[in-house]
Amino acid sequence: MSFKDSKITHSELVKKLDLRNKKSFFGDNFFKALVIGASLYTLLMVALVLFALSEGSIPIFLEEGINFITGTNWNAVEGRESFGALPYIIGTLVSSAIAMVIAVPISVGIAIFITEMIPKKLGTVLSFVVELLAAVPSIIYGLWALFVFRFWIRDYIEEPLHNSFGDYISIFARAPFGLDVFTAGIVLAIMIIPIITAVSREVIKAIPHSQKEAAYALGATRWEMVKTAILPSSKTGLMGASFLGLGRAIGETMLVTLIIGNAIGMAAIPTSLFSQSQTLSSIIANEFNEASNDLHLSALIGLGLVLFIITVFINIMAIFIISKVSKSYSNLRE
Amino acid sequence: MVNLKSYRILGVSLLALSLLVPVYVNSANAQQVTINGAGATFPFPLIDTWRVEYQKVNPDASINYASIGSGGGIKQFTEKTVDFGATDAPLSPTEFEKAGNPVHIPETIGSVVLAYNLPEVTTPLKLTGPVIADIFLGKVTTWNDPRIQELNPDVTLPAEDIISAHRSDGSGTTFVFTDYLSKVSQEWNDAIGVGKSVQWPSGLGAPGNEGVAASIQGSPYSIGYVELAYALTTGMKYASIQNQDGNFIAPSINSTMAAVSAAAPTLPEGSQPWNNVTITDAPGPDSYPISSFSYLLLYKELSTNPSMNEQKANALVEFVEWAVTDGQQFAEPLGYVPLPQSVIDINEQTLRSLTFSGNPILTN
Repeated sequence: MSFKDSKITHSELVKKLDLRNKKSFFGDNFFKALVIGASLYTLLMVALVLFALSEGSIPIFLEEGINFITGTNWNAVEGRESFGALPYIIGTLVSSAIAMVIAVPISVGIAIFITEMIPKKLGTVLSFVVELLAAVPSIIYGLWALFVFRFWIRDYIEEPLHNSFGDYISIFARAPFGLDVFTAGIVLAIMIIPIITAVSREVIKAIPHSQKEAAYALGATRWEMVKTAILPSSKTGLMGASFLGLGRAIGETMLVTLIIGNAIGMAAIPTSLFSQSQTLSSIIANEFNEASNDLHLSALIGLGLVLFIITVFINIMAIFIISKVSKSYSNLRE
Repeated sequence: MVNLKSYRILGVSLLALSLLVPVYVNSANAQQVTINGAGATFPFPLIDTWRVEYQKVNPDASINYASIGSGGGIKQFTEKTVDFGATDAPLSPTEFEKAGNPVHIPETIGSVVLAYNLPEVTTPLKLTGPVIADIFLGKVTTWNDPRIQELNPDVTLPAEDIISAHRSDGSGTTFVFTDYLSKVSQEWNDAIGVGKSVQWPSGLGAPGNEGVAASIQGSPYSIGYVELAYALTTGMKYASIQNQDGNFIAPSINSTMAAVSAAAPTLPEGSQPWNNVTITDAPGPDSYPISSFSYLLLYKELSTNPSMNEQKANALVEFVEWAVTDGQQFAEPLGYVPLPQSVIDINEQTLRSLTFSGNPILTN
């Protein structure tokens, strides 16, 4: 099309391209090298991380064996060393699960609201605000939670729940004081909502108008349109967005350290929503600086390796689920 | 085109070079000595004040101190990447051997305070070591427990659960506190022990003195331990603790100094291992029982560190001597406990024994 539009003749064009070819030969190669270099860099970094973590955690695996994964003791006192990662694996998974349960529905809701429910201009303003929130450093959320938010949670959510159900339902059993897995999960949710929302919005925006209009044409209400036209075709993208959020929640460190209560050993396995706990990254942050001996240091690096494996596992699962969902969706369309 | 470009590159490189030149000139200046230290965060405000004040005493020596934590300080000192280390806990036998038997120079004193948040109670609480141990073991669980009530007969204690708060990060403060508890409670000694981070059976973990303080201030009916300096500046309520002589002593600079003076006759020489040194649970009628030294680490033979030269060694030892004598005047305004004369004497003796290539550094 562009050939027809332009006023230059064919021969002139050939000449121009020919001239440019000589110069752009270097540009092409340079670009190719740059891109290959960049991707090699990523691979190299992952390999180096894996190597450093594995090498650093050899002493602890030699000492503890499988007990390092399944053990619940965490004792760095000289002469009584014993290290088990299980409580922190559980703490990481529980706090991230709470965050996901809260964050995903809210984020998808905000994304649908921005793209479908309100005028475009207002939507632009709102998405700008959401993106602004995504740029807030997590330590800000953490300090705000420590000094302000945890009192609201304690007084308006945890205490009523504990007083009404605490005696009957074990997950509300412990007397709450606002520094626990529940608060950590909620604040993590607040932290990842902007990210999930921003990506979800782009996903929903990409759905062709014709689909939505078709739904309306069949007499669908707005909710029915969302249910039949938007959600099915954006499922994969929304899942990708959620896993992006999950990745951040699992690795988050300082925010969690400030509000999860940092219990240790057996006490870090949450028995109720209002239990103190500890995540893999928070115990590393807590103890790495003052690790008392080489075995302690190796145990903390071992926790890093466990975190790395969990992250990789979740990402692989995400790819698997997404490919399955998108396949079933394309089957449906056929 | 090409020529212009290369000229431009030349210009830029010349500009860059001209920026680098003053640095070389500076380091070529033989008068200036830079002394690098790293270690504990607890004495950082004091060491930083020394850094500034020492400029007036010896303008040619500039001190750098990185407060990266005791563990990091010991590590960097052992690897000889810094000129002196600083640690809140004395070196363990393995650390001592690995670092090549350095000398310990106690440079200031820290006290640990039991701070609490009891909205209804205005009179200061009295506690004993075994009761504190049982609170942190999760055995004494309510404030009106008979064992606490017995110690405070005139106080109406609330029937609320006790929330105990402790440091979640590895810390010299935890080391001192658990050292004290291990001395006064056999059960604590058997179940938990002494360390910079221990396996707390219950309670709330918070990072840093600030974190523990925020947890206590934000949670009614909580109790936790913080540095004396921190409790004094934040105006938290803190308990009087029974000492060996049976007196209930409130933490203060004076009662800590009393404890250190009482323990001073038992202190070893600077070059000996200090791992058994502890001034918790000190004797004496006025001694506050939970306090400890913070130490500077130096090599006995300063040329052990290959980056050390004679001039630098002199400057370093002179600085440390100034810090443990004249420098002590800056301790009290910052909430640190100044060294008593008996400890200063030990330090002087230690510093006199230091050598560079076999020659003593301090001659006077």
